[in-house]
Amino acid sequence: MTPARYSIFSLARNALGYHRNWPRAWRSPEPRPSYDVAIVGGGGHGLATAYYLAREHGIHNVAVLEKGWLGGGNTGRNTTIIRSNYLWDESAHLYEKSLKLYEGLSRELNFNIMLSQRGVLNLAHNRHDLKELSRRVRAIRLNGIDSEILDPEGVKAEVPILNTSPSPRYPILGASLQRRGGIARHDAVAWGFARAADARGVDIVQNCEVTGIDVAGGRVTGLETTRGRIAAKKIGLVAAGHSSVLAAMAGLRLPIESHTLQAMVSEPIKPVLHSVVMSNAVHVYVSQSDKGELVIGAGMDGYNSYSQRGSFRIVEAQIGALVELFPIFSRLRMLRQWGGIVDVCPDASPIVGKTPVEGLYINCGWGTGGFKATPGSGWAFAHTIAQDRPHALNAPFALERFASGRLIDEHGAAAVAH
Amino acid sequence: MLLIPCPWCGERDESEFTCGGEAHIRRPPDPDALGDAEWADYLFMRANPKGALRERWCHAHGCGRWFNVERDTVTHEIATVYRMGDPPPGEDGS
Repeated sequence: MTPARYSIFSLARNALGYHRNWPRAWRSPEPRPSYDVAIVGGGGHGLATAYYLAREHGIHNVAVLEKGWLGGGNTGRNTTIIRSNYLWDESAHLYEKSLKLYEGLSRELNFNIMLSQRGVLNLAHNRHDLKELSRRVRAIRLNGIDSEILDPEGVKAEVPILNTSPSPRYPILGASLQRRGGIARHDAVAWGFARAADARGVDIVQNCEVTGIDVAGGRVTGLETTRGRIAAKKIGLVAAGHSSVLAAMAGLRLPIESHTLQAMVSEPIKPVLHSVVMSNAVHVYVSQSDKGELVIGAGMDGYNSYSQRGSFRIVEAQIGALVELFPIFSRLRMLRQWGGIVDVCPDASPIVGKTPVEGLYINCGWGTGGFKATPGSGWAFAHTIAQDRPHALNAPFALERFASGRLIDEHGAAAVAH
Repeated sequence: MLLIPCPWCGERDESEFTCGGEAHIRRPPDPDALGDAEWADYLFMRANPKGALRERWCHAHGCGRWFNVERDTVTHEIATVYRMGDPPPGEDGS
């Protein structure tokens, strides 16, 4: 079932046929009555899990069930930033695994995910920020991950259009820089994993909403869905903002709150911003896409929501911060604005591991920063499901940490305060 | 954007308020008797329904007082607002 390889030759061949003969990238099968593993959630993390189950563990009888369309949730709604500059060892190892997988992903999946390692800057606006950033940079380097500190002149050299004068209310005193950080095409990550998983026999079933989880004698037996009952020996829940709703179907409570996180893009302009710039203090992060649009992220709304609509209050603060950092953007018009539902844990770290129900595994709580973790999350979760025990990379991220007290406090790792 | 009816000040813009999360979480009456799982449940596990949620809000940039709100997490419609210490609507609060 190897799909036709994408290459310069297939591009030329299909150009001669006016691009009418491209094969479908993945099938759209009817769900079978039973699977070895059912993954609930067809976003990047779910599709990556299915791909690594097939590739690393030889488990091909796998279904990915998606209630809407593939990659239509947070995978298609994030600001596409990839980095691994996390403070604590546990996080650093997991996110660095993910970044390393990203670095080889286009070639491995034979799908151009347009990874652009253009560098990620985190700005410091006061003396405390500077001290905190230099502490972080040292911790990150001790974990063997590239990271450096820039003074204001260095920031200006990287991003000439930043206002580094002393005049802003929150002047720029320096920045940390991870040069291997950057952006990738988020849809392509979902599509690439979908195509590669499908080629290894995984059934990707869209428009199939899970309405119940069947548990008998403390063990999962299958799923009730809008397309009938599907039996499964093992079930992985990878549903981001809807994780609490799904977990409740199996009688589980999670330490998760769902909030709206929004983003927007501007009209396209000529290349002007080469790096990704993030500011924790004034609450904005921005990069420029290959189409020329500025992709702008903000902080999340302060209350629980499943609406996928953000509050205008956040838009106002986000644009205010953007214009203070980049006065040159003051007359840009915005094209689109949207929201996604992020699943936030009390310690701002994910939950990847087993649950008290046998055969039920959960991968959630990535909150505002899940896209960068997509391949690493799928890789570790596939290991957890296949072996029925976590890999060393995700063992610290078990649900039990909330009872043991071994929290992994990464509130400072986000680009904005949450 | 929410328009929130503060029980003391009337309807005000969302930007004047901060949300304090799930309401009616009871302190454990006998903390010494609690095991790790019960502590985790009290400290970290939260109702996160897709639908009606009772939560606490503070009119931080107004009267500064806390109160309870029952709000739908999908439509954001506010069903009712009631004061701290009042029983939830439809319950006797005992």
